[in-house]
Amino acid sequence: MPRDLSIKKVLVIGSGPIVIGQAAEFDYAGTQACRSLKEEGLEVVLLNSNPATIMTDKDIADRVYIEPLTVEVVEQLILKEKPDSVLPTLGGQAGLNLAMELEEAGFLKENGVRLIGTTSETIKKAEDRLEFKATMEKIGEPVAASLVVENVDDGLAFANKIGYPVVLRPAYTLGGSGGGIAHDSHQLVEILENGLRLSRVGQVLVERCIAGWKEIEYEVMRDSAGNCITVCNMENIDPVGVHTGDSIVVAPSQTLGDKEYQMLRTSALNIISELNITGGCNVQYALNPDSFEYCVIEVNPRVSRSSALASKATGYPIAKVAAKIALGYTLDEIKNAITQKTYASFEPMLDYVVVKMPRLPFDKFISAKRTLTTQMKATGEVMSICNNFEGALMKAIRSLEQHVDSLMSYDFTGLSREDLIEQLAIVDDMRIWRIAEAVRRGIDYDTIYNITKIDRWFIDKIAIIVEMENALKNEELTPELLKEAKRIEFPDNVIARLTGKSEREIHDIRHENGIVAAYKIVDTCAAEFAAETPYYYSVYGSENEVEETSGKKKVLVLGSGPIRIGQGIEFDFCSVHCTWSFAKEGYETIIVNNNPETVSTDFDIADKLYFEPLTPEDVESIVDIEKPDGAVVQFGGQTAIKLTEALMKMGVPILGTSAENVDKAEDRELFDEILEECQIPRPTGGTVFTAEEAKEVANRLGYPVLVRPSYVLGGQGMQIAINDNDIDQFIGIINRIAQDHPILVDKYLQGREIEVDAVCDGTDILIPGIMEHIERAGIHSGDSISVYPAQSLTQGAKAKIAEYTRRLAKSLHVIGMINIQFIVCGEEDVYVIEVNPRSSRTVPYISKVTGIPIVPLAAQVIIGKKIRELGYTPGLQPEADYVAVKMPVFSFEKIRGADISLGPEMKSTGECLGIAKTFDEALYKAFLGAGIKLPRFKNMIMTVRDEDQPEAVEIGRRFANIGYHIFATSGTARALNEAGVKATPVRKIEQESPNLLDLILGHKIDLVIDIPAQGAEHSRDGFVIRRNAIETGVNVLTAIDTAEALITSLENTDIKKLTLIDIATV
Amino acid sequence: MKAFLILEDGTVFTGTSIGAAKDCISEIVFNTSMTGYLEVLTDPSYAGQAVVMTYPLIGNYGITPDMESKKAWPDGYIVRELSRMPSNFRCEGTIQDFLKSQDIPGIAGIDTRALTKILREKGTMNGMITTKEDYDLNEILPKLKKYTVGDVVSKVTCQEKYVLEGTGKKVALLDLGAKNNIAKSLNERGCEVTVYPAHTTAEEIISSQPDGIMLSNGPGDPADCTSIIEEIRKLYNTDIPIFAICLGHQLMALATGASTHKLKYGHRGGNHPVKDLKTGRVYISSQNHGYVVDDESIDPDVAVPAFKNVNDGTNEGLAYVGKNIFTVQFHPEACPGPQDSGYLFDRFIEMMGGAK
Repeated sequence: MPRDLSIKKVLVIGSGPIVIGQAAEFDYAGTQACRSLKEEGLEVVLLNSNPATIMTDKDIADRVYIEPLTVEVVEQLILKEKPDSVLPTLGGQAGLNLAMELEEAGFLKENGVRLIGTTSETIKKAEDRLEFKATMEKIGEPVAASLVVENVDDGLAFANKIGYPVVLRPAYTLGGSGGGIAHDSHQLVEILENGLRLSRVGQVLVERCIAGWKEIEYEVMRDSAGNCITVCNMENIDPVGVHTGDSIVVAPSQTLGDKEYQMLRTSALNIISELNITGGCNVQYALNPDSFEYCVIEVNPRVSRSSALASKATGYPIAKVAAKIALGYTLDEIKNAITQKTYASFEPMLDYVVVKMPRLPFDKFISAKRTLTTQMKATGEVMSICNNFEGALMKAIRSLEQHVDSLMSYDFTGLSREDLIEQLAIVDDMRIWRIAEAVRRGIDYDTIYNITKIDRWFIDKIAIIVEMENALKNEELTPELLKEAKRIEFPDNVIARLTGKSEREIHDIRHENGIVAAYKIVDTCAAEFAAETPYYYSVYGSENEVEETSGKKKVLVLGSGPIRIGQGIEFDFCSVHCTWSFAKEGYETIIVNNNPETVSTDFDIADKLYFEPLTPEDVESIVDIEKPDGAVVQFGGQTAIKLTEALMKMGVPILGTSAENVDKAEDRELFDEILEECQIPRPTGGTVFTAEEAKEVANRLGYPVLVRPSYVLGGQGMQIAINDNDIDQFIGIINRIAQDHPILVDKYLQGREIEVDAVCDGTDILIPGIMEHIERAGIHSGDSISVYPAQSLTQGAKAKIAEYTRRLAKSLHVIGMINIQFIVCGEEDVYVIEVNPRSSRTVPYISKVTGIPIVPLAAQVIIGKKIRELGYTPGLQPEADYVAVKMPVFSFEKIRGADISLGPEMKSTGECLGIAKTFDEALYKAFLGAGIKLPRFKNMIMTVRDEDQPEAVEIGRRFANIGYHIFATSGTARALNEAGVKATPVRKIEQESPNLLDLILGHKIDLVIDIPAQGAEHSRDGFVIRRNAIETGVNVLTAIDTAEALITSLENTDIKKLTLIDIATV
Repeated sequence: MKAFLILEDGTVFTGTSIGAAKDCISEIVFNTSMTGYLEVLTDPSYAGQAVVMTYPLIGNYGITPDMESKKAWPDGYIVRELSRMPSNFRCEGTIQDFLKSQDIPGIAGIDTRALTKILREKGTMNGMITTKEDYDLNEILPKLKKYTVGDVVSKVTCQEKYVLEGTGKKVALLDLGAKNNIAKSLNERGCEVTVYPAHTTAEEIISSQPDGIMLSNGPGDPADCTSIIEEIRKLYNTDIPIFAICLGHQLMALATGASTHKLKYGHRGGNHPVKDLKTGRVYISSQNHGYVVDDESIDPDVAVPAFKNVNDGTNEGLAYVGKNIFTVQFHPEACPGPQDSGYLFDRFIEMMGGAK
């Protein structure tokens, strides 16, 4: 069927800020879909509140609105832009839910707009628990015994009938939010109450627990003519019970025979046909490991994290094909972009193994429970490809960048055999390491299987890796043994450790014996047809397929690896733009990255894509083959920066700022010299290695002081210490991981925090704008609300900032990007607190709101062009005539036990933007985009430190003025009442009911303002209050400045009057 | 023990010996299925060929009760890696032991992707698997060039006719190297299936008064099956409904005046899209064939194309004009592979006047 020509203008809804369960995969899918729509000559209107995405670029869509994802905004946008269609299946659950609300309200129909891709009936059938169950029963597809409940009593009654444990799944939530497994009635009540509240429709599914069954997924495509194919199936190594986003996943399935494989495949096709889906769909199954019995767990009638993974694992561009299907094309009319010979109506065949591992944030949330459940906790993931399973697993492990490089990286040798067996029952991110230790101790497969239900086939693969460890430790290192170790992807440094040789020696032995990596192509068809797209993965002991390419200059662009707190999608934005810019300048571009969720790993972004770990050894193997003319490291975050030294040793020129100058910014002494030379003040401080040295420095400076390791991103390990005890504790935490570099101890200055991104060509600098943080210094810049243009700076301060930026960029010989953070105290006292001679988190945001394409400019400067010849006047650019507010977004509700109070260590997972003519409206939009929609019940709780009481009282007064009833702990209540602000005192949580906790759990509170004391002495009370508030869906603010911003926005704006701004015209 | 795969073009791959430690000369073909290695090994259509599995991990779930015939047929088996420990609730043994017990020689540990690319670029060619390290290419290559698959149908067909009881339609199944699931698919639909050896005369089949005749898949060059083609022409001339798969499809075409030719490297795998030319629907099919019916050679008064391959446009099925005869090149019986076209058996039942 040819394309439906009545579709001319399409609104695509994105997924909003990155949160756990909804991450970069939707930027990848959305970008691919928008490009695919534009390719067809359609006009694309894009709505997404997330400024860090590539899809919100003006090159991707015709009209770009970075506005809050609310029903009101979409309605207003439809009235303004008058699209004829809405494509809702590419923006994850957020986009889908919005479209459903509009459809149900009849708004789309009234305005002559139709949903394309999938109908609302389909969405309802797949997403509504009752309808889904009825549909499955109709076509004879088994589902686990279950009941949809809308209250706790029904849930209890049903659980009693089917027996515990039961699984609870709230309807219409992301990443399994609010779900879990209840083993008794007590747990049931707790999880169910929460789930009912989180579900958009107040429904939770109570289901027979099939934990321990194999979890299998199928990615299916269907067109309007009814043609169906499966793109790929995947097997979760972790059996049912762990969210697939947190599981180690392998593609294709490894332990299913053709009978099981085809049984589930046929079932998936029956389901997509019955649901009448046109586009992509994900079906999840539980398969009894001891029979052919299976259950359908769930169906996602849209592209998903799994479909992004399946696309990267097979080379089949699901989002692109889904978009074409939405326009009316059938699968046999859409060309397979990889082979250019075959069509989309075929099934990819793999001749390799893919392993995905989750990137979990427990390094950020030390207090959090590491247990993995049906609620997703991973912030990102890595994927690896090899022609054997062991190799794919080993590569995935080292791609994580979590100080793990083998199955020996977590040490369980101290456990007794009994304790180890007992601990095999723990389901967390270290489970496969525990299994490896169990294998080392000779615990038999059956014992391990019976406890973990991880298939014996995988246990045996772990055993093969352990046997190799032993062989390397105990046997002579012959070329044959080394060859075998490399075949299963043991990195040189691990082999070196095990053999007692140096990494260099291993490297040399390898090269002497011709044991080097070769690269194979991901071609969707197991070599049956020639592939046109160079998408590579490494193997050992095979023929190399990398083709000699043109005589163009080659540039290596290093990606940023898995999405984690502190290094998110922003760096993918930068890497992709850098690649495009170099391509425009006539370079051949090569991307190395391992993140399956991102745009940078799409097959048509760079000339060549290497899906590989970002370690020096893995990069060196690529360099050996490609011999690039240079490498760009300044766009891939800390991951790429860390490779600078290694690249130089390989003889690869670093394009842009030299490595030596990168070092100067990080090395305290060198940096101090530069500041001195530039006559720029900074907070006084010193470098230390031990707690004793740190205390000495701290006492000399006077508390409070800021403690942090050098060379980190996202303020990891950064803390404010107020006394010697804090120092002991913080240094202890930092030194848990061996530090190559000293720890920094600085005087903590409380002032306004300012941030600047700039491009420097060696002579001139270009500053698109100055950003000011709402929260005062002490809260990580990534967690602060950031405002452009800066609202409170004098002209003098601005000039000083621009001048300091120029001096620093020049003396660091920056060629390309630089990011500087300042503190401004009083009117014009400007201090530098941090300099990063690289791209930063704020780059996409500032480029979009100023309309200045910083990354392409930086790339051109790196190639040797000058700012002036690119048509820009150097210096600080004129301010825009509107205000943009970048708001951090957190995923605290997903991470049980994580402390949510803000501080110098970054905790947010994503961001959204508010842009408007006035500061107040921009701020309001930003809060709205972050999901803070107030007022609702007009009840709030305040509990603040004594020193914050004067400010808190004024904020309380303003909340009271707009009708808020304030509850407060005794001290805060007294202060409020004394100042004439009515406040009801409540008991602390350890006191008898009714106390603060009862109030929070009563579901009638809008907001908790809880300002914890600085330092390590966080009260247990505050922690419990904040956790409970977050887990019951109550907004919690832990900084006085954030609270002030919120009340300012609430006082000023009426939602009906929002003005929508097309970023593409900025 | 070391093993070598020597190709007709002189390429040599060095790997490890698996299965029987004997030499074999055969036609080397590749199969892209990711599951179903046992079904592939026991598919009689592979007689006279050695199979390369493009999926690198073979034997993961061991040997299950899923054999498609009574034994394994390929002359040789070529893989990247055999799983040392299979795992599946129905696993009855390892593939290593199975290959040995079936006396099939093989080679593991070679770059199967590089081999597949050679076969894709140069076309299917002959090769030898040997464990002799002192092989002499000058002596071997002429032998490889000389090898032909020959009359393999006689080797794989059943010796005597037998019956699968059923209460529905009576089907005569001509076993040209049939996979079990063809008879089973009919039997499950209630049919009484009488399986006849390949060289049964048309008269014998017609005289048993079947409601329908099923021509099965099978190995080798269809044009070599001259005597069988003669008998099939007689079946064509009756009014008995006929359904044919793969070799059966090719032989019916040859019997009615069309011709066949050899594809460069064939279609072997479980991901081939075929389009039903009547409805426009595309189905993913299981395939295993090296020869194909020439579309141009088909007399439009005799038959019209019913299916075509979406990838390369080759013929995938024929509907015979004025006849109750329908034939397909692909495998609706699956095993291994997708079950999407299983509905064709229902259509056959309807052709015989039965209920769906």
